[in-house]
Amino acid sequence: MPSKTAPESTRTPPQSADRPAPRRPRRHLFPYLILAPAVILELLIHIVPMATGFWMSFVELTKFFIRRWTEAPFAGLENFQIAIDLNTPVGQEFLNSFLVTLAFTALVVGISWTLGMAAAVALQRPFRGRGVFRTLFLIPYALPLYASVITWNFMLQRDTGAVNHFLVNQLGILDSAPFWLIGDNAFISVVVVAIWRMWPFAFLMFMAGLQSIPGELYEASAMDGATPMRQWRSVTLPMLAPVNQTMLLVMFLWVFNDFNTPYVLFGTAQPPAGDLISFHIYNSSFLSWDFGVGSAMSVLLLLFLLAVSLVYLYFTQWKKEKNNA
Amino acid sequence: MRETVGEKIFRAIVLVGLSVFVAVPLYVMITTSMKPLGDVQAGFSWIPTRITVEPFVEMWSTVPLARYFMNSLIVTSVATLFSVAVATLAAYAVSRWRFRGRGPFMTTVLSTQMFPGVLFLLPLYLIFVNIDATFGVPLVGTRIGLIITYLTFSLPFAIWMLVGYFDGIPNELDQAGKVDGASNLTILLRIILPAARPGIVAVAIYAFMTAWGEVLFASVLTTEETRTLAVGLRQYATQTNVYWNQVLAASLAVSIPVVVGFLMMQKNFVAGLTAGAVK
Repeated sequence: MPSKTAPESTRTPPQSADRPAPRRPRRHLFPYLILAPAVILELLIHIVPMATGFWMSFVELTKFFIRRWTEAPFAGLENFQIAIDLNTPVGQEFLNSFLVTLAFTALVVGISWTLGMAAAVALQRPFRGRGVFRTLFLIPYALPLYASVITWNFMLQRDTGAVNHFLVNQLGILDSAPFWLIGDNAFISVVVVAIWRMWPFAFLMFMAGLQSIPGELYEASAMDGATPMRQWRSVTLPMLAPVNQTMLLVMFLWVFNDFNTPYVLFGTAQPPAGDLISFHIYNSSFLSWDFGVGSAMSVLLLLFLLAVSLVYLYFTQWKKEKNNA
Repeated sequence: MRETVGEKIFRAIVLVGLSVFVAVPLYVMITTSMKPLGDVQAGFSWIPTRITVEPFVEMWSTVPLARYFMNSLIVTSVATLFSVAVATLAAYAVSRWRFRGRGPFMTTVLSTQMFPGVLFLLPLYLIFVNIDATFGVPLVGTRIGLIITYLTFSLPFAIWMLVGYFDGIPNELDQAGKVDGASNLTILLRIILPAARPGIVAVAIYAFMTAWGEVLFASVLTTEETRTLAVGLRQYATQTNVYWNQVLAASLAVSIPVVVGFLMMQKNFVAGLTAGAVK
C-alpha cells in the first residue's frame, strides 16, 4: 500500500547520524542483493513479456510470421483499427465481449461484496456453531478452481444436471429443460459460478477487518441508542474502509481479467452471452492465429483497467486526504 | 449488549441461505462421485440409489491421474517454497531499508496484478522458446518453466502482505540483534522470521492455492508428460463418453488435501491478512 509508507519512514531511520556506520557500504548493497531474485523474476515473467506483448500489438504477427516473429513487419496502429472497427464482425464481437464483461464484473463484484459483508456481520458475534459456518463458507475459496467449475458444469448440464432437475422436475416453474451452457442463459451461469467462487474472498477480508474493530465502539453506540443498522453504517462500514478500498479494486481486476472460469465452464466454444474478454482475446488469437490483433485487444484492455484503477485510486485517496484535512 | 429479534432473523436468513448456496455443489460433487455411471447418465437424483467406490478406483486408469497429481504436487510445492523465500527476502529489504528505487519497485510489483494473463501468455511462451534455443535451458513443456511462472504469479501479493507484516515487527528487535553483532541475514532468520510466522504461513497457503488451481499457463506450457491436474482433468471428457462420476471423484480427491490444509491453517491466514493486507 503506497499510503502506508509515509508514516513508517519517520519511524525507521535507515542510517541515523549519531550512529557510527562501519559497515556502511555493505549495508547499502545488501537490500539490492536480497531484492535481486524478485526483480529478476518479475522482469522475466511479467515485465519483459508485457513489453513484448505491447510491441506485438504494433506488428503484423499473423501465422506466416509466428515462426520468425522477430521479422514480422511493422503495422502501425492497424491492429488497433481492426480491433475497434465496428463495421466488421471482429470489432462488433470485441465490443460485445467488452460489454458482457462489464456487466459480469458489476454483478459479480457487487453481489460478492454484499454476500461477503452479510456473512461477516452475521458471524461477528460469537455463538455456538460459528466455527462450522466459517469453515463451510471458506471451502469454495479453498477449492481448486477447476474442481468447483467442473462440478458446476455438471450441475448445469441440460439432461443430467441438478439445476434442471430442481427447476423443471421438482419445482415445475419451467415447462421444458433449458440449456444453461449455450445461448443467453450462459451469462447467468457464468455469473453464478463466479460469485460462488468469489464471495468467500470478500467474506475472508471483511472477517479479518472486523477483528480489528474494538468492541467498545459498538457498546458506546448502543448506549446512545443506535440501531444495528445504524451501527453498521456508522461504525462497521467506516472502520472497514481501508479493507474495502483495496479489496474492491483487487476484486474488480481479478473478475474483469477472469479467464479460468469461462474456460473451464464452456470449453473452447464460448457462447456470445458468456464471452468474457480474456477468453475472447485468447480465442481470437489462437483460432485466427493473428497475434497482432490479439495483442492490440489486450493492450486496449490493459489501458482500460489502468484508467479505471487510476481514477479509482485518485478518488479514494483524494477523499481520504480531504477527510484528514 | 443484547441481540435484537431483527438481528437474529437477519443472521438466520443469511446463514441458512449462504449455507445452502455453498453446500449444494459440494453435495452434488460428493454424491455423484459415488454413483455408477449408468445412474449418473439416467438423470439427476438428489439421493443416490446405489453407492459404489468404483469411480475412485477407475479414475486412476481412465486417465494417468497419478502422473498429473505428481506433476501438480512437484510444481506447486517447489513454486511455493521459492515464492516464500524470494518474497521474504524482498519484503525484508523493502520493510527495513529506504533504498533508491524502493517506491517504484513496490508500484511495479503491485501493478502487475492488473496485467491480463492473455497479454503475456504468448510473449512468455516465445521468450521461453528463445531461452531454450540460446542457453539450452528447457523451459517449455518442462516443470521448470511452470515453476518459475507460478512462483512469480504469487510474488506480488506475497511481497505486499509480508511488507505489511514485517513493518509491524518493532525495529528495536533488529537493533538489539545488531548490538549483539548479528548480521542482517541472521536477524532475518532468527528474529524476523519467527515473529512473522503467521504471515509466512498465510503467504505459503496463498502461493500453493494459486499454483494448484492455475489453468491458462498450464495448458500452454506443459506437454503430456508434465501435464498438471488443472489440464489433466479435462481428459475425462475428451473420450466419446463423459465419465462424470470419475471426473467428480478425481476433483474431490485432488481438492481434499488443499481444502484440509487451508482449513487447518485458516486462523493463520486470517491473522496474516489482518496484520498485513488489511491495515
